[in-house]
Amino acid sequence: MTQKGWSVALKRMMRYRALFLMVLPGLAYLVINNYLPMVGVVIAFKNIDYSHKGLFGLIYYSDWIGLQNFKYLFQTNDAFVITRNTLLYNGGFILINTAVAITLAILLNEVRNKLASRFYQSLVLLPYLISMVIVGYLVLSLLNVENGFVNKHVLPFFGMHPLEWYSESKYWPYILTIVNLWKNIGYFCIIFLASIIGIDHEYYEAATIDGASKWQQIKQITIPLIAPTITVMTLLAIGRIFYSDFGLFYQVPLNSGPLQPTTDVIDTYVYRGLMTLGDIGMSSAAGVYQSIVGFILVIFSNYIVRRRNRDQALF
Amino acid sequence: MKTNQMNQSVVHILLILLSAACLFPFLLLVAASFTDEASIVKDGYNLIPPQFSMAAYTYLWDQAAAMTHAYGITIMITVVGTFSGLLISSLLAYPLSRRDMPLGGIIAFIVFFTLLFNGGLVPSYLVYTELFHMKNILLALIVPGLLTNGFYIMLIRSFFMTSIPVPIIESAYIDGAGEFKIFYRIVLSLSLPILATIGLMLAISYWNDWFNGLIYITEPKLYSIQNLLNRMLSNIQFLQQNNLGGKASEATATLPMNSVRMAMAVIGILPIICIYPFFQRYFVKGLTIGAVKG
Repeated sequence: MTQKGWSVALKRMMRYRALFLMVLPGLAYLVINNYLPMVGVVIAFKNIDYSHKGLFGLIYYSDWIGLQNFKYLFQTNDAFVITRNTLLYNGGFILINTAVAITLAILLNEVRNKLASRFYQSLVLLPYLISMVIVGYLVLSLLNVENGFVNKHVLPFFGMHPLEWYSESKYWPYILTIVNLWKNIGYFCIIFLASIIGIDHEYYEAATIDGASKWQQIKQITIPLIAPTITVMTLLAIGRIFYSDFGLFYQVPLNSGPLQPTTDVIDTYVYRGLMTLGDIGMSSAAGVYQSIVGFILVIFSNYIVRRRNRDQALF
Repeated sequence: MKTNQMNQSVVHILLILLSAACLFPFLLLVAASFTDEASIVKDGYNLIPPQFSMAAYTYLWDQAAAMTHAYGITIMITVVGTFSGLLISSLLAYPLSRRDMPLGGIIAFIVFFTLLFNGGLVPSYLVYTELFHMKNILLALIVPGLLTNGFYIMLIRSFFMTSIPVPIIESAYIDGAGEFKIFYRIVLSLSLPILATIGLMLAISYWNDWFNGLIYITEPKLYSIQNLLNRMLSNIQFLQQNNLGGKASEATATLPMNSVRMAMAVIGILPIICIYPFFQRYFVKGLTIGAVKG
């Protein structure tokens, strides 16, 4: 650029200095909170030695070991178990949450009394509002081995013996799926309900004149017209399928060791490696594995959304 | 004309059953907290306490200092975090909403890219602890959740772009108002709906946050209510072992531990349940604008 070009650009910058000042705190925050950790993924390729002080010392002086951490990770059975669990749980959640939420939204849309409809909505949305720690308490009050509601009242009612819920891993895929559905159903329901409410009423009037039954109307009008929302929600969820709800898998099984074969997901594995086992190598390798596959999936799912409907794509 | 509708009573019965299923665990929790300890041991938790007792709440009343301390921390981080988060987000969103902003595209990409890729837990933890020494200080409960990623910024920006007419900003500029004055007097005051909605989402996430406390705080005096609950969940005697300013504790055997635990959880969710009816509208709005654009 010429001398003059530079000074014009500089003048322009000066004119906008207030706006640049506004941007500064937010950008500084994103650098610290998001971009430094992105650079920090090199930790996974290092043999971290805590005798070096400070972040830069830790990263700079620790030995470069290439893919060694990843090699160890994928040699163990852990990598397979956590990947399988993460994918199966999240895949199951997508299917079940979507199906139940659509059913619930259709039911809510049928309620004529608007006050009653609001009331039901409030109740199903309530679990979405509370923290996973509280959910841990609620599940404990149901499944506690000595005095939980299920062992004391439900199972005896059916003539069954009490079960050791917190040490038998085989029940947990079902428990966690139900808990996840219970907690998130209100959220998905509201999204689909908003979409159903947007459907032009005339379609239903015309269908009624033609003598279509309610079931036919749902199948031929409601579902096809909310299909774009369903597709987008599903694809966005697929983009996030490698990430799980850490709280669900950490709090609800009470971090119980015997349950790990069926409750351990990538996020809990990374957490445990970092905070309890102090195995930074494995932990960071699993984290980078998650970040990279997650990134590819987000790009991929967005590409599909974009091909269907440009407006609904994230980018 | 009316379209034919499903049989209203069938619809209502189904919805009542589903709502009851959503509500049931909460009712059980409340009932358990009012149940006599001996009857919990004998008959377990039940919807209707066979032996009504306030013992758990009396005990917590004695420990009020510990509870109010944790509450104070939760309220503090929620208020400070929500306001600073909103301020930083809208300050960043406004210049990005201006079509004449130089380098606007690049900055927008910097914000946007944080939605796509993140370094994960290990590097974030090391950045905060090794570089900023955020271990056992209250800032550790506030800073990691301020913006999380660029999502809310993008939402605020698109609100600014669609709802604030450019001529208003231009005429204020001609009248000699500075950028900060325009931002404060015009942009923010025209954007109360989006600010309220995002503020509510931020406040809920601060109120419910236990994760930052779990990894950055080990000192019980700095626990928020969620962290206290978290420790009580895995260690029922936590409140007694760490005398957090309550009265000297009695012998373990006489303490109604099972019901105390449930009573604490009740106290933990009470504020949320109390304000929920008043904020439900904003909350629903926050969920729907976040999910699907348009």
